[in-house]
This record gives sequence, C-alpha cells and structure tokens, in this order.
Amino acid sequence: MTATTAVRDERRLMEGSEAMVEAAIAAGCRFFAGYPMTPFTELLEHFARRLPEEGGVCINAESELEAVGMAWGALATGARAATGSTGQGLSLMQESFSEITLAELPLVVFNMARGQSDYFQATRGGGHGDYRHIVLAPIDIAEAVELTQLAFHLADRWRSPVLIYGDYLLAHVTEAVSVTPFSVPALPSKEWAVDGSLGGTGRSRSISPLGLGKHGHPGPGIERHLRAIAGKLADIEREEQRVEHAYTDDAETVVVAFGTPARFVRYVVHQLRADGEKVGYVRPISLWPFPSAVVADASAGARVVATFELSAGQMIDDVRLAVLGRAPVVRLGGISTDGSGFGVGALLDAEVVRDRILALHRGGPEAELPPLPVNERG
Amino acid sequence: MTTSQPAGPVLDSDAAPEGARKIADLKPDLLLTGEHNLCPGCGEPLAVRVYLEALQELGVSRETVMVAGIGCYTMFTGTVDLDLVQALHGRAPSVATGIKRMLPDKVVFTLQGDGDMVNEGLQEVLHTAARGERVTCILLNNGVFGETGGHMTATSVLGQRTKSSLEGRDAEYHGYPILIGDLVSRLQGAAYVARGSVHNAGAVARTKRMLRRAFETQLAGDGFSFVEVLTMCPTGWFIPTADGPDYMHETLGEVHVMGELKVDGMVKTTEELHAENVRKQHEVEAELERGGVDL
Ligand code: SF4
Repeated sequence: MTATTAVRDERRLMEGSEAMVEAAIAAGCRFFAGYPMTPFTELLEHFARRLPEEGGVCINAESELEAVGMAWGALATGARAATGSTGQGLSLMQESFSEITLAELPLVVFNMARGQSDYFQATRGGGHGDYRHIVLAPIDIAEAVELTQLAFHLADRWRSPVLIYGDYLLAHVTEAVSVTPFSVPALPSKEWAVDGSLGGTGRSRSISPLGLGKHGHPGPGIERHLRAIAGKLADIEREEQRVEHAYTDDAETVVVAFGTPARFVRYVVHQLRADGEKVGYVRPISLWPFPSAVVADASAGARVVATFELSAGQMIDDVRLAVLGRAPVVRLGGISTDGSGFGVGALLDAEVVRDRILALHRGGPEAELPPLPVNERG
Repeated sequence: MTTSQPAGPVLDSDAAPEGARKIADLKPDLLLTGEHNLCPGCGEPLAVRVYLEALQELGVSRETVMVAGIGCYTMFTGTVDLDLVQALHGRAPSVATGIKRMLPDKVVFTLQGDGDMVNEGLQEVLHTAARGERVTCILLNNGVFGETGGHMTATSVLGQRTKSSLEGRDAEYHGYPILIGDLVSRLQGAAYVARGSVHNAGAVARTKRMLRRAFETQLAGDGFSFVEVLTMCPTGWFIPTADGPDYMHETLGEVHVMGELKVDGMVKTTEELHAENVRKQHEVEAELERGGVDL
C-alpha cells in the first residue's frame, strides 16, 4: 500500500499545517477526526476542506475521546486514518492510544504541541500498560512533509501508532514547499482488516486489544499477546532510530535539541564552528526510539553535554540515560512561551541561544548561564 | 426459523409432540458454539440470540461489522461469527462511526451494556444519534454492573439494592435513573428507537421485530437506530435465578417501559408507553369482570 494519489509537486507557499495535510493525503490518508485546539486547529481546518475533495471523510468530533475512537474504527477497515490535537487533548486520548497499540492498528497522530513540555507524554506512552509509540519530530516544514508520509508507512509496517511531534511554529509558519511523494517499499495487504464479508463463514475476523480470537481459532491469550507486543516494540526500538548530528567527533560541548528549537541550535552551532569553537549538536528525529547510541558516542570525548528544550527538562532524562555518566549533562533551555501560553517565547532567539551555548562552552558544566529571558509583551 | 444447529444434546420433553425440540437447545447459525460462561438465568445470551437471528433473517451476515463494548456479553466476541471490532468501555459508537464512514454500504452496529453506554460513554451515543450516523446501537440494560459484581449504574431504578447502593437507590443520595431511550428519541438524527425485553417469549419475539426494524432503518439509510433490551441479571440483583424474569418485569420494566419510542419521526415518551400499558391493563380487567375474553 504505497501512496498513489495525484500529488501537487509544484512548490507553493503553504503554512506548515496545510503542508502536513497535503503530505497525509499524498500518503493515502482518507479519514481524519479531531477537535479544535490551538495550535492544532488549522490542521483540522485543512483536513475538513481537503479530505472530501479526495473522497475521504473528516469529522469535527464531539471531543478528543470520540475523535480517536472514530479513527480507531476507520483504521479497523484498513483505511489510512489519523487524529491529532495538542497536549491537553492528547491527554484525553491516551487510553485509546494504549489500546490501539495493543489492537495493532496503524494510527497516525498529529501533536501540534504548545512548546516541548509534552515530551514525556509523547515518548513514555502516556496511557496505561507496557507500550510506546514511534515519535517523529520534524525540524521544519519540508521535513514535516517527509516525516508525515513516513509516519503512515511506519504505522502500517509495524501495525503500531506513530505520533508526529510538531509545534506552534511548524503549524503556522508559511514556506514555499512542494509535497513530493515519498517512495517507500510496498507493504503486504491488510488481511486483518474487517469489511464484514466473513460473517457466517466460520472465519470471521476480530480486531481486539485483548489478544482474543474466535472459537476454533482462539488468539494467543492476554499474556502471550502482551509479550508479543513488547517484543515488537523492542524491534522498533532497534530499527527505527533517526538522528542528525554534526561536529560530534571532536566537540567539547555537545547540545542535544529536537524540533523547531533544534533549528536555532543547528544554526548557532554552525556559526560557532565557523568561529573556531569546538561545539557540536545532536538532533533526535525519532524521540522514541531515542537515538541513544549516537548521543552516547557524541558524549565520549565531550567536556559537557547540554539539552536545549522548551520545557523544565524532560528529554534530559533520555540524554542522561544515553550518556550514562560519561560527561556531565546540563540544561540550557527552559519554559518560554508567549502571553497566551500557546506560542513561543523570548528564549527562541538565535542571539539568546548563542549566548547560552557560548557561556556553557567557555565556563564548562559549572558555568553560570545568562538568566532565562522573560516574556514582557504579554 | 433461522436457528437450526443443535447446540448440544437435544433434551426430550414429555409434553412436546414427537420430534419437537426446544429452541433453547438450538444455537443460532451465527454463533460458533452454543457454549458460554455467563450465569444461569442471564438475559444477555437471549438478547445475543435475537440480534443474530434478526441479522440472518435480513440476509446481511456477510456484510455486517459488530463493535463490542465491555461487559459480561463481551464473552460472546469469541463465539459470534461476525467480523468484529472490540472497543474500549463506552467508546463503541465512535468506533462504529469510523467503520461506517469507511464502509457506508455495510451494516454496522454496537453491542453495549448500561454501564458501558449510559455511564461511561453517554455522550458517544447521544452525539452519534444527533449526527444521524447510519449505525445501530444495541443496549443490553440490566440496571447493574454485572461483571464487576453488582454495582449501581445510571439506569439502576430507585430502590434497587446494589453493592454501591446498599439500602437501595435513593434519589436524594444517588440521583435518578436515566431513561436513555427518551434522550435518544428526542434527537433529530435518530430515526428508530425502541425498548424491548427478554423476560418472556412474547417479549423476545417483539424485541426481534424491533431489532429487524432497526437494521432495516440503517439499510434504508434513514438515520440512527437504537434498540434497548432489558436483560435479566439475577447475580447482580442478588435474587434466585428463577425469579429473574418476573423481578425484572416488575422493577426495571416498570421504569424502562417496553415499547417503540420513535417510529417514522413520531416520538412517544416512556410515560406515554406506561399510560398505554395501564389503559390496556384496565381494559383487560374490565373485560374479565364482564365475564372474561374468549381466547
Ligand atoms: S453477572 Fe449478570 S449480566 Fe453478568 S453473566 Fe451473570 S447474570 Fe449475566
């Protein structure tokens, strides 16, 4: 099942939300359900406009609980389907994310986050039970277009949910992009999907998170089923790490960042290198599975490893687990929002990021960092 | 008669004519086995039989997707021979919505209990009805959380003793039961709404007609259809097994009154159904006083 729809391949000005919707449609997504919430709302608007044009369906659900339930139903028929929201709305959906993982349905979730304080929610599998899902964090719109298509492929390949971790800037910035189809190997057809056709044949199908089959061909039972899912997640953890890094061979200061903030870090690190400073960066593209090996390698010769994230410090736990004491790990980022709490604050500024990285690089792990800039504009 | 396969040894009955078999000893064709592990006297297996027979009679066995909620009846997901999706507690109507939107020509229905539908997922069924979603929701209503061991639900009637309403449901303390059929019937998107029961053979036959009509409503594309079925739960009511049908008729059945609540856009309230029943009862009594009816 590869994307076959007609694709708009000319570059045109699109805001990130629209580009991601076009990418989803190019990947064959034909069902979307969501509930409006800033900064996710525009994604829902574009799906509402575009899916009917493509013969699909977009439902403005009565709540996030129903939005994810509707996507669950559409997925069970074999359709490519997605939902999305932002932190609070995703909190409501967590029970379903957990069970959809156990039901082995290929859900794609668009998380247009307010800042980066939902890293734990995204990467720990915020619901009940032993599960995780793949989390992809694009750095810009062009990469979001690619990762959106990849998300649908990986979800189908593993029969497991994939979450795109976007943010306010990604959703709202307008850039010239083209939605070029992402070529992926063909996947087996979805013989597990239900279409109602096997009723009364003795071979009717059942899609269940409980590992239950039917009389005559019972499923594995709950214990074996849960172990099989855990085994699959271990395979994903090994095979699906994605990461970008630079100058990590000889960097004394390594900065780890993801998503839009990584764009600022990358820019500043290139600048500092041009000035002769031995700094480097690692950008996890998959937040789960976390690219631990690359972070570990980068830390081997480093004097200090830092995270730059727009939160009180969440990814830093994964960085510490990867570094395992090889170098001190400190945080360069922090909470920074605009007055509404939805958008980005004064910390996301190349000069500010540069000052912080340089202070750390010069002063080492004990360095006193400049105070976090405060949002004065309301 | 669609029920044709023996479920187990066919019992002899002295009263029955030669060759006759009890329906209870036959399983519907759409069940993979007649075995189940629900309690003796449980009404849910009866309700399952009835909707399976209705689907088979309509000839839609091979174009139907069932969405199961979570309750004692969930056990049947392993034995019902239909393509099936297991939903979370309370979430079956939204799952059914997603299925129906992708498979608009198929029959899609949910099977839920009162805890599932009226407690946990009340907004799901109401919004699905309001959207006029062309699906059917079937509620097995026994006024109690049977699976957890007998706790109060939103449909438990006043005075009903459960493990979480020990002295009986008290309106002051526990609030009033929800008459879900009435809530659904007032919504414009609901095309057919009925409340059946399985406390006796007549009720079972009437409930099957309701289910057929609900599925026909869906097949005609007329909108949302809903059938509530009162089912016995002697275990959760803490009464002797054999008392189940009468107890249900006299308690739950007095509040959640059997009848059609919406047909062709005409709404009847539960109170109106109740008044009709009382009137009919009076007519029968008057007739009996005049010397009885000639049956
Ligand atoms: S507890 Fe009640 S509903 Fe559950 S199987 Fe027993 S009688 Fe049936």
